[in-house]
Amino acid sequence: MTFEQRIARLEEIAGQLEGQGLELDRALSLFEEGIETLRAAAQELATAEAKVQRLVERADGSFDVLDRDL
Amino acid sequence: MSGGRRAPRRDASGAGQPGVGGEYDLFADGQGPTPPHPADESAPPTVKRSEYQRDKAPTPPSGGAKRRSEDVTDDQGGYPGETAQSAVAVSTLTETARDVIEGAFIPLWVRGEVMDFKSHRNGHWYFCLRDSRAQIRCVVWSRDQRGIPAPPDDGMQVAAFGRLTVYPTRGEMQFTIVKMRARGDGLRRKALEITRKRLEADGLLAPERKRRLPRYPRVIAVVTSPDGAALHDIVAVIRRREANVRLVVVPAAVQGDTAVVELCAAIERVSRWGEADLAIIGRGGGSVEDLWAFNDERVARAIAYCSVPTISAVGHEVDISISDLVADMRAPTPSAAAEAAVRSSSELRNELRKFSMRMSNAARSLVRVRRDQLRHLGRDIGDAGSWQVESRRTALENVAGKLHALSPLATLGRGYAVARDAEGRALTSVESFREGDAFDLVLRDGVVPSRVAGHPTKKS
Repeated sequence: MTFEQRIARLEEIAGQLEGQGLELDRALSLFEEGIETLRAAAQELATAEAKVQRLVERADGSFDVLDRDL
Repeated sequence: MSGGRRAPRRDASGAGQPGVGGEYDLFADGQGPTPPHPADESAPPTVKRSEYQRDKAPTPPSGGAKRRSEDVTDDQGGYPGETAQSAVAVSTLTETARDVIEGAFIPLWVRGEVMDFKSHRNGHWYFCLRDSRAQIRCVVWSRDQRGIPAPPDDGMQVAAFGRLTVYPTRGEMQFTIVKMRARGDGLRRKALEITRKRLEADGLLAPERKRRLPRYPRVIAVVTSPDGAALHDIVAVIRRREANVRLVVVPAAVQGDTAVVELCAAIERVSRWGEADLAIIGRGGGSVEDLWAFNDERVARAIAYCSVPTISAVGHEVDISISDLVADMRAPTPSAAAEAAVRSSSELRNELRKFSMRMSNAARSLVRVRRDQLRHLGRDIGDAGSWQVESRRTALENVAGKLHALSPLATLGRGYAVARDAEGRALTSVESFREGDAFDLVLRDGVVPSRVAGHPTKKS
């Protein structure tokens, strides 16, 4: 799941939890999923690091992405 | 021509001269004086056309010219064209004139008004430059037009850089132009207008064509010079924001003769690669000429057809390029492009925190509503200890406990407050508040009925 998809899912979950007439069990499972999604997203933020690379196209049309110093 | 008048005397002056004995034909060919008779060893060397060409821009032998030809008895001192017999061909004359003129003038800027402009179907441009007293024929060869933004219009005041030459075939002076500027930068403005119209006609400037940029891009292609200020600035912004992205540089010259071709190739490469979420295309500030590649129609079309959303970032705030019009977003500078493209990791963490709060509040609100319902139920039945109510209370407390345990921040316990409206919905944005509105402020240990005292202001 991309960060963007996780944010979108969190938006859905929060929206449903804030809505009316939700069964408690359903609320609990949504809440659990929400917490899990939050954790994963936060983890991605914690581990991610900016990188600068360089795109190189080979003669056969395939691509290489080479690291470069920041 | 005086040579014609002198010709008989020269003829009479002796044998062995070019054209002696009626062999000499003034109109024989374009090759200059007829060579001496092979049998006559004493004949002076005859200057042939090939010698003229080898020896560029020969200086007419002024010493010889001063002598009256009638006095010439020694033909060793003669020069081509001195007599009718040695008359040079027209082509020799015009070609020599060309050599003299080309040798005498270094390339230079000339100013004047354009008239009689014609773009020939062979691709070359022909026109005259004139002022109040004179005019000169001009040509711009098609291969030299690359350095000129647009063809000039009749009446334009221009400065043109080129060299003076003679077009031998017509015997006309001609100015061969390789660069041109018009007053008020008219050529560039004309070129921009032409390009803009052509792109507009193809619908490439339509607002509905603009794509939304991804909010959380992870891979950003940067089409620019690998050594330029733009890349440096973009990297600096990404570092400062501790942004969670990969920058993939797709190198291209951003100025000079190869810039247009390299930019197009790099943008097409981004499309073919297909793994970027977003492309920033641009360069740092520079002169109008330095930025000109970003006004090229080919670059504009490459941007328009790029498979990923694009941000154009060319020069400084004041510079607006054709690329800016075509891209999905225009950023005033490369730094601004980076800022528009990525969110800082602290901003993202804040966003996550908001979700956490919304979910916690919603869960609390759910439990509170159920608890109230149970309390009413117990009161109605008159027996709060009844097993039905008790078992449901137990189930509820169970869920509430789980929710609380799951809550990643136990937000309220740490001293935060949550604003809620009358329906118990969390108010998470200043846009939910109007001056004078009532709301509940929920704290760890209770609720404070509150009212908005002033006009809410949004954090920029």
